Amino acid sequence: MNQFKKGDTVKVKIGSPPGHFRTPLYIQGKVGVIDSICGTFKNPESLAYDGDGLPVQPLYTVLFRQADVWENYQGNLGDKILIDIYQHWLNSADRG
Amino acid sequence: MNEQEIPHDHAGVEIDSEAGYYAARSRAIESLLVDKGIITALEVDREVNILDSKSPADGAKIVARAWLDNTFRSKLLTDASQALAEIGYDLPDRTPYLKVVENTEEVHYVVVCTLCSCYPRMLLGRPPDWYKSLSYRSRVVVDPRSVIGEFGLNLSPDIEVRVLDSTADMRYMVIPRRPEGTDNMTEELLASLVTRDSMIGVSAAVSPAS
Amino acid sequence: MNRVHDRGGIPDDTPIDMNEHEIMDWERRVDAVHAVLGDKGLRGTDQMRRAIESLSEDQYKAMSYYERWTAALEILVIEKGIITKSEIDDRMREDPVE
Repeated sequence: MNQFKKGDTVKVKIGSPPGHFRTPLYIQGKVGVIDSICGTFKNPESLAYDGDGLPVQPLYTVLFRQADVWENYQGNLGDKILIDIYQHWLNSADRG
Repeated sequence: MNEQEIPHDHAGVEIDSEAGYYAARSRAIESLLVDKGIITALEVDREVNILDSKSPADGAKIVARAWLDNTFRSKLLTDASQALAEIGYDLPDRTPYLKVVENTEEVHYVVVCTLCSCYPRMLLGRPPDWYKSLSYRSRVVVDPRSVIGEFGLNLSPDIEVRVLDSTADMRYMVIPRRPEGTDNMTEELLASLVTRDSMIGVSAAVSPAS
Repeated sequence: MNRVHDRGGIPDDTPIDMNEHEIMDWERRVDAVHAVLGDKGLRGTDQMRRAIESLSEDQYKAMSYYERWTAALEILVIEKGIITKSEIDDRMREDPVE
């Protein structure tokens, strides 16, 4: 069951688990919007150690404003960055 | 984790040559795998041929078709695997999955894999060295316009640049904008204008005027 | 694990080097060996990434792309008990670096 749907505001968790993970440091803690749902996939953090990859995780393409990601972003303030992030790395966020 | 016992002292040995340390190491591992019956040399040969057979030419044909056929283009943007299956491209039904995006008057996409080198190999073949470089991976997310500028494409400040960081199970290919002055071109000619770099998003397709 | 591979936004002013080297035979083959092992369920993409990420920062930066693939291959086949390091060392002696 997908926790998020397109348009939801989410915040990327901050974390440095000891093993392999695919959430880049630069996007951790940042707030973005669900752009699309890619599907459900085995967890690479488990697969990396020959695990079974369970539980599977929904994968989302999350859209961020570059100006929210980088201090002093040099570009059009409308520029965006999209990153594929697994559900267990996302929390719901309320822009308010 | 302890540092692996992987020697990195190349003193006197040319990196990247067939005679190099790692070249020999990889050959040793392959021959041992063959001797132990885990793999065969034929299997490796076959795989080399498969990897070698993939090039940006297929991507270019797909882009040309998308430029000419709106129905195909729409399908490609919503379900790339299905759209390609319908025209005879057999992408494996397992991860990673291909997703296609398109550059327009308003939006310009550029693709990277900051963590390693994820790339739509199943369609475009092997990625270029620069795509895998530390500098591309560092720079294109934080200053895409400068990086794209180094490839010779100066984007208008009005256009929205979207960086796609393929961190997971999706692989991305960009449909570059169709150049001006190509109205009566055949699909084959159009395909010849589509470069690998334009399908990554660091440059535009070639203009027939140039 | 160090995050040397996590490059996004790491300060870097270097112009993009657009030179492309012709892929060498051994590089084609190590790429293919990974794929063949993958087809047989003996190697996974995530395992390989993890193996590459386990290299030290110095190693990661000093090694070329396919050298890292070779290192990862070695790590995985030893880890899985398919080949031992001394077998690889011995076999290398039969194909000496010139």
